[in-house]
Amino acid sequence: MNQASAPAPRESYELTGKRTKELTKRQIRKARISGVVLLLLSGLVMLVFVPAVSGVSTFGLSTPDDAIQLDSLAVPSAGSLWVLSSVLAFLGATQFFRGFQGKTTIILGISFGVFAIALMVWAASGQEFSLISMLVATVARSTPIALGALSGILCERSGVVNIGIEGMLLGGAFTGVVMGSLLGGWIGLLSATLTGGVLALLLAVLAVKFRVDQIIIGVVINILVLGLTSFLTAQVLVKKPELNDAPIFAAVKIPILGDIPIIGPMFFDQTIIVYGMFILIGSVTYLLFRTRWGLRTRAVGENPKAADSLGVSVAKVRYLAVIYGGMVGGFAGAWFTLGSVGRFDENMTGGRGFIGLAAMIFGAWNPIGAFLAALIFGFSESLQQKFALLDIPIPSEFLAMAPYLVTIVVVAGVVGRVRPPAADGQPYEKQ
Amino acid sequence: MELQLRGITKRFPGVLANDDVSLTARSGTVLALIGENGAGKSTLMNVLSGLYRSDAGEILIDGVHQTFRDPGDAIKAGIGMVHQHFMLVPVFSVYENVILGVEPTKAGGVLNRREARREVKEISERYGLAVDPDAKIENLPVGIQQRVEIIKVLLRGAKILVFDEPTAVLTPQEVEEFFGIVAELKARGATIIFITHKLKEALAVADDITVLRGGRVVGHADPTTATPEDLAAMMVGREIDLTVDKEPGTPGRTILELTDVTMVDDYGRPLLNKVSLSVAAGEIVGVAGIQGNGQTELVEAITGLLPISSGRVEFDGADISNRSVRDRHVLGIAHVPEDRNDMGMVGSFTIKENLVLDSYYAAPYSKGGRLQKASIQESALALVEAYDVRPPLIENTGGALSGGNAQKMIVAREFSRDVPLVICAQPTRGIDVGSIEYIHEQIVRKRNEGKAILIVSTELDEIFALSDRIIVMYDGKIVAERLVGETTPTEIGLFMAGKGS
Repeated sequence: MNQASAPAPRESYELTGKRTKELTKRQIRKARISGVVLLLLSGLVMLVFVPAVSGVSTFGLSTPDDAIQLDSLAVPSAGSLWVLSSVLAFLGATQFFRGFQGKTTIILGISFGVFAIALMVWAASGQEFSLISMLVATVARSTPIALGALSGILCERSGVVNIGIEGMLLGGAFTGVVMGSLLGGWIGLLSATLTGGVLALLLAVLAVKFRVDQIIIGVVINILVLGLTSFLTAQVLVKKPELNDAPIFAAVKIPILGDIPIIGPMFFDQTIIVYGMFILIGSVTYLLFRTRWGLRTRAVGENPKAADSLGVSVAKVRYLAVIYGGMVGGFAGAWFTLGSVGRFDENMTGGRGFIGLAAMIFGAWNPIGAFLAALIFGFSESLQQKFALLDIPIPSEFLAMAPYLVTIVVVAGVVGRVRPPAADGQPYEKQ
Repeated sequence: MELQLRGITKRFPGVLANDDVSLTARSGTVLALIGENGAGKSTLMNVLSGLYRSDAGEILIDGVHQTFRDPGDAIKAGIGMVHQHFMLVPVFSVYENVILGVEPTKAGGVLNRREARREVKEISERYGLAVDPDAKIENLPVGIQQRVEIIKVLLRGAKILVFDEPTAVLTPQEVEEFFGIVAELKARGATIIFITHKLKEALAVADDITVLRGGRVVGHADPTTATPEDLAAMMVGREIDLTVDKEPGTPGRTILELTDVTMVDDYGRPLLNKVSLSVAAGEIVGVAGIQGNGQTELVEAITGLLPISSGRVEFDGADISNRSVRDRHVLGIAHVPEDRNDMGMVGSFTIKENLVLDSYYAAPYSKGGRLQKASIQESALALVEAYDVRPPLIENTGGALSGGNAQKMIVAREFSRDVPLVICAQPTRGIDVGSIEYIHEQIVRKRNEGKAILIVSTELDEIFALSDRIIVMYDGKIVAERLVGETTPTEIGLFMAGKGS
């Protein structure tokens, strides 16, 4: 061993930026798995859907009372399916052999979109499928999910994990309908919002003041609200049905914008709660990233000690963020009763709060991202609803699983690189 | 501004962290506060910055009594802390970090970002602290992050700046730059308190030196006349020999050989980039480098704690790249891990249990799946005696030991096995001078017995004191390799900063 003259540092490794061109074993495995999934979907379209269709698939693009009527879109069923399955096969094979590397997420998104179109072509074969009503339902159904996600974002950006969104939705839905029946829709909406705030206060006190494990508090809130609302429904609402009969907010059409084909009915002819969601998503984004309040909230969620050493009160910031988050959750709860059916049923939120959590993660703790993720979940829900109406040879119980299946695929497969706030879930202890 | 502390006393349950501490930092000067870990320096500074409240004593600024209820009060009084672990939000930009808590706003609490950038620029120009206001903290080198911390306290109008171990994370070159910044701040009238356990730095930069030991002020020194040996003696209360006695090594056959070892993280970024090195019997190879340049991963690749993506790890001629951690341990690799509390021991286990953590499953400590208490006891008593673990109470928990004694316990466990290769990561991080001296002796003794030894340390002094051969890691690569007699700390320091030729 002669080290008298030191070897020059060896530079034989090709680097592009800080990233190697070589894929890690994990990435290769991931590419292989997703490639196989796409190929299977392509096979499903080719071998199952194609033999089952005949004639044309017709998609309705306007509702009868739209100002501007669009003609229905008719496509040959079998031909379209062949094209769509070829696209899927091509994407799948490329992913399997080469991998799309950095673009994998986008390609997977496109592929699932292609599959969703194939599914609709198959379902609409030989009959009329009202695409527009499904798109309108997509926006409506994504509303509680997006608001649930927003509730989670507000809490978690300050470093408090909120698993109790489901409970806040359910609580809001319940008080919304009771107060709405007694005092009208607006009071109902306000009560729902306050209910979420009160539940969040419980979360905040236990999490910030008593430093209880935040996952446990969230689970407790969910179970508590489910039990309480179910009990009150059985004991009170059943005996006094007049308390379970609230006015429903009607869709409000915005002049001019509401008349735009497709876009109009989707975004500008909805209920006040849907508009509220749009306003909240936009304003919370602005507040979080452009104001003093937002800067401090995010700082506390990332590094509470740093914020504390600069004289920012960690407890105060967390209390406020959690309570705001809870109020958004309660407001979202009103969608289920005041925004759609006007009556409360046991456990009527059906896990939407948890799907909201998934949308929050999928959207990388960013309100706009969470809204886009919520649209995907909303789409899958309304597709399932639509299929239940059409004459499709798939049991509706199986279809009802669709949103949850999408949740699992999205959370496990597509989400990989998002980073939660660094202090998320960690109680802050001042020495 | 002049800062005076009078009779500061702070008690924690069972510990008297500060006992009647009085000191003075004269206006426009640098006061170095030195002491070993656990001497009470950090507690004192937390009292000063308002994070803790003292049980007795008072703080005076320009002769005026101060009461700090929280950090905000200390900031208002003009005291700015630059913590050892930076208080920065990594995902925020420089200006966002700087203005946090004192945000310039427009109507309705909307951030005035232009004003924020201007404030950062103004201070960075006035004090020569170049930094881009829009850069994200996590992308900045540590030296620049420190500047951001300094800008932060200056923006808040600090006149008294307290630096807690400011050089611990810096490269030698960054340390030089930092001293330049300190001189600049002093020239502009700031009062500076510089907390350190590095004696040379205290002597280089301070106007006054105050020494703490066991929570008390044990003396003051004049940096123009004091020597490192004087200060070390004051710090530990006895004479200390700072050099390590050792003969040149006599390398024998190669024990450990790494060939093009590469390791990538989950995102495909290289943590180790084609690392090749060898360690021979009877030599100490020192791996220098700033923390986070692949040293941890190198050790974990050798011990098998992390899988490598490509390359070969050979031990005594056999390929062990795919062998398990225990296989490698049994084959003969001893490992003193870099974090003694997280990896080196189980704090809630007793000392005797900790001493058999690696070999409890085999004879003589285990027979037919049952632990042999008598032989564990016997061996533990012999080890605490031989390796000077104090107090030698083997039924006490490992967590109850001081840092230095916990480290000696781990060294005892690893060194007592007669194996050909010993890996020591940060063997003396954060422990007292007496224990450092002892552990260094043990490492050299092990080499003289003909073992191959790999030392990883961020302390350049330690690398130079122990190594026969020095390897420098930067950004996951080996950027230099030198025999110890043929290089200087300056040259190695340049390589550590990625600037070597």
